[in-house]
Amino acid sequence: MSVGYDGVLGWIRRFASEVEANKEYLTQLDAAIGDADHGINMSRGMSAVVAKVDEQSGDQDVGALLKTVGMTLVSTVGGAGGPLYGTLFLRMGTAVTGKSELSPDDWAAALEAGVAGVQDRGKAEPGDKTMIDALIPARDALKQALGGGATFADALGQSAAAAEQGMQDTVPLVARKGRASYLGERSAGHQDPGATSSHLLLEAAAETWGDSPQGSGDHEGGTNG
Amino acid sequence: MKKLINKPDDVVTEALHGIAAAHPDLVNVQFDPNIIVRADAPVQGKVGLVSGGGSGHEPMHGGFVGMGMLDAACPGEVFTSPTPDQMLDATKAVDGGAGVLHIVKNYTGDVMNFEMAADLGGGEGIEVEAVVIDDDVAVQDSLYTAGRRGVGTTVLAEKICGAAAEEKQSLSQVAELCRKVNANGRSMGMALTSCIVPAAGTPTFDLPDDEMEIGIGIHGEPGRERVKLAPAAEIVERLTTPILEDLPFEEGDNVLAFVNGMGGTPLIELYIAYNDLNRLLGERGITITRNLIGPYITSLEMAGCSITLLKLDDELTRLWDAPVKTAGLRWGA
Repeated sequence: MSVGYDGVLGWIRRFASEVEANKEYLTQLDAAIGDADHGINMSRGMSAVVAKVDEQSGDQDVGALLKTVGMTLVSTVGGAGGPLYGTLFLRMGTAVTGKSELSPDDWAAALEAGVAGVQDRGKAEPGDKTMIDALIPARDALKQALGGGATFADALGQSAAAAEQGMQDTVPLVARKGRASYLGERSAGHQDPGATSSHLLLEAAAETWGDSPQGSGDHEGGTNG
Repeated sequence: MKKLINKPDDVVTEALHGIAAAHPDLVNVQFDPNIIVRADAPVQGKVGLVSGGGSGHEPMHGGFVGMGMLDAACPGEVFTSPTPDQMLDATKAVDGGAGVLHIVKNYTGDVMNFEMAADLGGGEGIEVEAVVIDDDVAVQDSLYTAGRRGVGTTVLAEKICGAAAEEKQSLSQVAELCRKVNANGRSMGMALTSCIVPAAGTPTFDLPDDEMEIGIGIHGEPGRERVKLAPAAEIVERLTTPILEDLPFEEGDNVLAFVNGMGGTPLIELYIAYNDLNRLLGERGITITRNLIGPYITSLEMAGCSITLLKLDDELTRLWDAPVKTAGLRWGA
């Protein structure tokens, strides 16, 4: 199966509503080890994104759509989240420029390019207690599942489950990047807000695209063990 | 939440409108993207100084725009770095043909957004240099962390570099001077209370009545250790000792002593802290030859203070004394 322009749009909208629904939760996580604004900033950015993509019609280029999302986040979110999520979407868009739909391999390539962009911008490694700790397991699980012949829906589900595991695994970590790193050992015992919003992003993809008629429908719950 | 605001979402915008209404002789405020620009910008032949950061630290940075200090400030949302389009617009607005210096506080978001602005502005043909201020001794510096935060020394760097730019020093000279100020300034702060980000509505951290946070930043982020409340003299010693050991400051040094209020601590208490600092430095043979006392780099309504010491030489002293005319700092003009 492939995901068309409207499917990608559906994912963006779903992520936006997930961010909105989890705005206070993300901000609370950030208050514990950062500066209490992650949910607020992501909500402001994704509201702007939804307004922006609504006025952008006619063009069916998925790559252009993702770049618009990225530029909008860069210019509205601020903080570290703006450049990081902005770069994630910009690089995803560049990886699939000109495409009107995404095959599973296209999505894997987009995610890979996006994650590489986040690492270029933020210089974070796995284990630094950042969004990378959710994104890299999600990228790897997706690739492995697709390589093993899983349906797209299953692969998306495994990708989201890996992001969730990665997110939970940030709890005991001592932060080495971002404002949480100022806390040193005191940052341990808290879940990273960036990894949490990254999990929402991958979960939104699994839920939006896994629900399509072509999918196996076995994306949620079952893959989370 | 008890605050003198109308709507939490409008805090930054309405404050900017207030600044525009109050200081039309000093600044122009532009919206979407939000920037505060010196009224007579661009000044031809002068290096433009741009800084920026989250709001909530007033008067920094917008209150430091004007003759002898910054040419533009980019105010982000409360405690949130501004965005690259703000920095790009500010850079274009203040370029008088001699290049533009970005003074960046070392926070992950600020650094990344200024980097993105530099990436986007590469094609604009404006020569841009960036200097990152990282003077907070409370943070362990390491290749494996975000590094030290930029705090009080930022204010001093903006004043001193502003004076050098006013003398029409070149971009490389002003940037070198900025690095020199950063290399000779050290800070540490503490909090008696937390603060409330308007959009969040609740205190960023809980601090019992009999405790204080040592080594806080300026964004309500908790410090490195929480200890029992102590008299001012002990607090000052706790903040000053790591500063003195770090540079190090030594007997015979002349310093600028900056006792900064975090927003919720009155001047009477800052003068008590200054008295303790003056005595402590005197005992070590260090002479305060210039001082700055008051709330200049704040953290909303947080109670507490930070201490910054800057080792002075003749050049830095002369540039510190040079005229400045901004909403937040004004002398000689």
